[in-house]
Amino acid sequence: MNQDELLNIVTDNAIFKGAYNIRINGKLFDRQTNDEVNIVSKKDNSGIDIYVKDNTTGQTIGIPVVLTSGDITETVLNDFHIGKNCDITIIAGCGIENCSSCTSQHDGVHTFNIGENSKVKYIERHYGHGEGNGQKVMNPETVINMEKNSKMEMITTQIEGVDSTIRKTTANLQDGANLTITEKVLTSVNQKATSIFDLNLNGKNSKAKLTSRVVAKDESYQDFLSDVKGNNACYAHIECDAIIVNNAKVGSTPKIVANHPDASLVHEATIGKIAGEQLLKLLSLGLDEKEAEDVIIQGFLK
Amino acid sequence: MLQLIDICYAINGKQILDKINLTFGDEITVITGANGAGKSTLAKIVMGIIKPTSGIILFNGQDITNFSITERAKMGIAFAFQQPVEFKGLRVMDMLRLASKDKHTSLNIYLKAVGLCAKDYLTRELSGELSGGELKRIEIATVLARKANVTIFDEPEAGIDLWSFPNLVETFKSFNDVVKGTMILISHQEKMIELADKIIVLNGGKVEKQGKKSEILPTFSIKSCNGCGGKR
Repeated sequence: MNQDELLNIVTDNAIFKGAYNIRINGKLFDRQTNDEVNIVSKKDNSGIDIYVKDNTTGQTIGIPVVLTSGDITETVLNDFHIGKNCDITIIAGCGIENCSSCTSQHDGVHTFNIGENSKVKYIERHYGHGEGNGQKVMNPETVINMEKNSKMEMITTQIEGVDSTIRKTTANLQDGANLTITEKVLTSVNQKATSIFDLNLNGKNSKAKLTSRVVAKDESYQDFLSDVKGNNACYAHIECDAIIVNNAKVGSTPKIVANHPDASLVHEATIGKIAGEQLLKLLSLGLDEKEAEDVIIQGFLK
Repeated sequence: MLQLIDICYAINGKQILDKINLTFGDEITVITGANGAGKSTLAKIVMGIIKPTSGIILFNGQDITNFSITERAKMGIAFAFQQPVEFKGLRVMDMLRLASKDKHTSLNIYLKAVGLCAKDYLTRELSGELSGGELKRIEIATVLARKANVTIFDEPEAGIDLWSFPNLVETFKSFNDVVKGTMILISHQEKMIELADKIIVLNGGKVEKQGKKSEILPTFSIKSCNGCGGKR
């Protein structure tokens, strides 16, 4: 699979209408900035700073990463500095093509500093491919600092082919901040995926909704750990659903802590095989068992 | 034409159905009877969800007794479940499209047939965000979209509240335009039974009586049909 095909997969064929920074095999491949969004390489070349001016709206900013050869291990720091009253979309993601016997690893550390009243939609997709024995490893870390009345919608998808991943997400919410996180993860063969969420609802009337929908197939293993702290009058809803196929294993460790009498925190978790009733319903529509299973899983991860 | 010949079903030593012989033509047949009479079991045996202990099922003269659910569905048998199934991530339009097998025709007609506004429901997820009554209507719409030769409704009134029930009856009255062929309706409710061309009363796993609505309906009383909801 070439770099263009990988880029199309991780960006879901998005066409960037604003600034972008494309990184391929550890180096800057292409960059575009404009009057409202500036992208600057860090002095030690460890990553980039993205500056979004106040009142920037309607821009889609792309920062995809592609690795097409084995034996690359990198940690990249991308810091977003988003002004006040913005309304922007950010598309990130990482695709690894590894046909070698060496490990390819990309650890992206993204920090979002979101100004007052700003609205950010952040989409991140991860994909691995390649016939070699080399591992395809991604360890994304996301830190979200939300000022008053800011909103962030974060959608992360691990499409397939990632051998090992540890995803850490930390969020700090000020008054009226509203965070929605939707995580979709598919693992198969003997892949491993761990998601760790540390959400701190510090502000009055802050809200967080975290939805994790994962499918673990074959001999793969997934672990979900969340630690949600209600430190003010706030609301958080954590929902973790997992479908197990074959001999896969899934763990879920929720922790919700109310440090304020007006904190309202909810956690729901379900783990299990595809429900027999769901299969029966789809069989009764004329699908065979394999087709029915595919429809359920694809819908679940859509 | 659907025929059941000497259908028996037993589980854990208990006889649920005992030598059921029935024929279903292109009409509305309501199967009624007390709780535990074997109505839903019979419906599931027709769909292939439950295998009979013995007996034969003929569909247009072909023995389908050992056919799978998928095979029966492809032959034109449709089944509306008593308890609608929730699917996280699947939208109403996804399910209707799977049922209709037609990528191009409008799905609106099926939602309209069950009293739902398409623009309000097509993109909704088939999950807990819909009420039980809404899920039930969508389940019925899904079966209508099959345009099947045999359509089975297993207690469509189950889960429908007292206030919505009259609307459901009106919905079924309007199905003449949508449902063709054989319709089998499992029901306890008098208003639903009144929709029948033919009524079959099950009791203790046996056919107690069957005949045209005009023959059977007047015989109902609380003594003869405990639990069917007939007027006293």
